[in-house]
Amino acid sequence: MIYADNAATTKMSDAAIDVMLTHIKENYGNPSSLYEFGQKAKEVLEEARTDVARVINAQPEEILFTSGGSEADNQAILSAAELGRKQGKLHIISTAFEHHAVLHTLEKLKKQGFEITLLDVHEDGLIRPSEVEAAINDNTCLVTVMYANNEIGTIQPIKEIGEICHRKKVLFHTDAVQAIGHVPVDVVAENIDMLSASSHKFHGPKGVGFLYARKGIALTNLIEGGAQERGKRAGTENVPGIAAMATALKEICSKMEKNTAHVKALRDRIIKGLEEIPHSILNGDAQKRLPSNINFCFEGIEGESLLLLLDDKGIQASSGSACTSGSLDPSHVLLAIGRVHDVAHGSLRLSLGEDLSETDADYIIKSVREVVEYLRSFSPVWRDLSSGKIKHLL
Amino acid sequence: MALYSEKVMDHFRNPRNLGVLEDANAIGEVGNAKCGDIMKMYLKIEDDMVKDVKFETFGCGSAIASSSMATEMIKGKPLSEVEKLTNKAVTEALDGLPTHKIHCSVLAEQAIKSALEDYRSKK
Repeated sequence: MIYADNAATTKMSDAAIDVMLTHIKENYGNPSSLYEFGQKAKEVLEEARTDVARVINAQPEEILFTSGGSEADNQAILSAAELGRKQGKLHIISTAFEHHAVLHTLEKLKKQGFEITLLDVHEDGLIRPSEVEAAINDNTCLVTVMYANNEIGTIQPIKEIGEICHRKKVLFHTDAVQAIGHVPVDVVAENIDMLSASSHKFHGPKGVGFLYARKGIALTNLIEGGAQERGKRAGTENVPGIAAMATALKEICSKMEKNTAHVKALRDRIIKGLEEIPHSILNGDAQKRLPSNINFCFEGIEGESLLLLLDDKGIQASSGSACTSGSLDPSHVLLAIGRVHDVAHGSLRLSLGEDLSETDADYIIKSVREVVEYLRSFSPVWRDLSSGKIKHLL
Repeated sequence: MALYSEKVMDHFRNPRNLGVLEDANAIGEVGNAKCGDIMKMYLKIEDDMVKDVKFETFGCGSAIASSSMATEMIKGKPLSEVEKLTNKAVTEALDGLPTHKIHCSVLAEQAIKSALEDYRSKK
C-alpha cells in the first residue's frame, strides 16, 4: 500500500504512540487535581505547551490546546470578530480558497452583519499582499489567510501579509494546519497574531490541535465550563493526545530539513512524470508549494473513478471532484484558481509521506498514467475532445 | 463498510459492453461534463429487439457501474421490456447505491430512453 493522502491525515509516529499509551495507562490523573498524581499530569501538559510554543517561536502561555484545527480556526475568527464588534469594526478579509472551517465561520459572521471580503487567489494559487493591503479599511478587524492550501499546497506570502496587517494594526490569523511540521513557521518573524494547527497532520493523534494567540489578544470561549486553558477552553484536558502531539511535532521538526529534501525531490519527479500525460495541468505554483503536495487536473476523466482504480492498485489519494466532495460542485479551491467545472472534476491530489521511496514514486507515475489512459478510452468527453467536436481546455 | 456494494465494484472494475457500437441505429447521450457525468448508449435494434448494446461513460464509479448494469439488463430484450426499465430496477440490480449516487441510475435510465427516442425519430 502506498499511502499518498497525508494531507487528509498521517500515520502516527511510534514515539507519539508510546507517549500516548503511557499517559493513558499510567499517568491518567486530572491536571486540575491538587494531589501529586494530578499535578504530574499538569506537568506533562505544561511541558507539551512549552515544546509546541518553541517550535513556532511563541511563548507557552500563548498556546491553547483545542480539539483540532477546525476548533482553533473557529475560536480565532470568532474572537477577532468579537473584538472588532466592540470597536464597531465589522469587516473581515480572507480568501476564496480557505478551508471550510474558516469559510463557514465567516458565513456565520456575515449573517450577523459582518462584511466579508474574499480575495482572489489567482491562477497560481497565491494571494497578492498588495491586494490584502488595498482591501484593508478603517472597519477591518481581521485578516485571515491560510499558510498553505490543503488541496493545491501553495504557500502564501505570510510574512508580507503579516507585515501589512501589523503596520495597519489589524489582527492577522493564519490557518497553518497543512504547514506546521512541514515548513518552518515563526510567529514573531512573520507577524502572526493567531495561528491554528492540527496534530494528525504531522503524525500526532486525531482530535487534538492548538491555537496560538499572541499575548494580549482576548479570546472568546467556544466551550464554557471549568477554568482549564486559562479559562478560555473548558473541559478536562486531553493529556495523552496533547503529549503525543508535542512529541510528534518535536520529532518531525527535528527532521524537517532532511524530510523536505527527500519529499521535494520525489514530488518534482512525480510532477515531471505526470506532466507528460497529454492535456493535464499542475494546479498551483510549481515551486511555492508544500514539499509533499501534487495536484493535477486531467481532461476528459472524473476524479472518483480515478481514485477507485488507484486504490485497486494500492495507492490512496484524493480528488476535488463533485463526487468526492459530496456536493454537486467540484472543489471550491480548484474553482477559485479558475479551473472550470468540466476540468475540476478530473482532479487528483497526491500528498506524499516522508517514507515514500523512489520506486513508489515511479509506481505512482506509471499507475496514474495507466488509469487516466484507461478512463479516457471510454469517456465520451475525451472522444469529443479528441475528434475536435469540443475544444480542449488544457 | 465500503462505499459501494460488491456488485457495483464488480461492474465498475469489469464493465460489461464497454465501448462503441459502430453499427448502432439508436444512440442516446445524457448528462453534462459540468456536472461530472455523461453517459452515451449505443443500441443496435432489430425486429423490435435490442440485438446489441455498448456504452461510454465519463463519470464516477457508480456512473460506470450503472451504465454497465443497464446495458446487461436490456441486451437481447424486446423494446416493450426495454422501455419499461427504471432507475429503481438498475439500483436494485446493483444491490443498492448510496443516496447521493441514485442520480447515476437515473442517468442510465435516461440514456436508454434517449436512445429509444433517437431510434423512433429516425424510423
